Amino acid sequence: MQTISILSLHNSLQTYLVLAALLFGMGIYGLVTRRTLIGMLIAAELLLAAASLNFMAFNRFTAPDPTVGQIFTLFIMAIAAAEAAIGLSIVIAVYRNYKSIDTEDLVELKG
Amino acid sequence: MNPSLAVTATTAAPGLLTADGLTGVVFLIMVATTITGGIIACCARRLVRAVAGLVVCFIGMAALYYFLNSPFVAMMQMLIYVGAVCITIAFAIMLAAPEEKVKHGPSSPLSGPLGLITAGIVAFGMVVMALRTTFTKAPKVNGGSVKEIGIQLLTQYSMVFELVSIVLLIAIIGALVIGRAGRSK
Repeated sequence: MQTISILSLHNSLQTYLVLAALLFGMGIYGLVTRRTLIGMLIAAELLLAAASLNFMAFNRFTAPDPTVGQIFTLFIMAIAAAEAAIGLSIVIAVYRNYKSIDTEDLVELKG
Repeated sequence: MNPSLAVTATTAAPGLLTADGLTGVVFLIMVATTITGGIIACCARRLVRAVAGLVVCFIGMAALYYFLNSPFVAMMQMLIYVGAVCITIAFAIMLAAPEEKVKHGPSSPLSGPLGLITAGIVAFGMVVMALRTTFTKAPKVNGGSVKEIGIQLLTQYSMVFELVSIVLLIAIIGALVIGRAGRSK
């Protein structure tokens, strides 16, 4: 087993996968613990970023056609932008009606 | 770590002051930037700071994309995520002025630890899976340059390209419609 120096970590696929896993964990933590809609949206952006990083890492190290992962990441960015636009306009509409975006105040449908 | 995946299969560790060593140092700094930004984004109490953390995280990720041989995607990351998405979120925060309510305290005392446990389990599972799996490497059929991305986008993926354009258009129109509804003037 050959040891890889800490300075050549950028040439190993596992570095990027571990980093993406950490970002994914941060996203899930934010999604679970945040109490405002915008905070949850920020956490969701972290999740999407982790997925993009995985795609790019596999694209660089294992995929035969290195354009596919880049194109997929570009599409993820477009979808994330659409998601942010829709989500934030919903947040603004909710704020206008409830004067709050705290998830605990949006309980009108609660049985 | 699986040494067969090291692209430049260096047997000796690069020195700190060689070009390879400095590249490694820059990479470590960018990894630290990404992780720090992510932690700020998910843990900061005030949402404005969370957005600032998200910006830092995305800048670090753009640098990582550069390390992954994709300067075009790195540039798009800066333009779309840092320049558009984060700014939009910042606008929404200023419009909605969501002060996190401190008077109620946390919704449940268990929410923090439970979230930490959930995130930890998921991240740990993914790390173990990434480190234990042996990924086979396929030979490259092209270089993945910007020119080849353009050719692929306009030939093989032209349908997806058009669909994403329509999705974005509908998202813009939908955002306008939802945002305008209920306005008094």
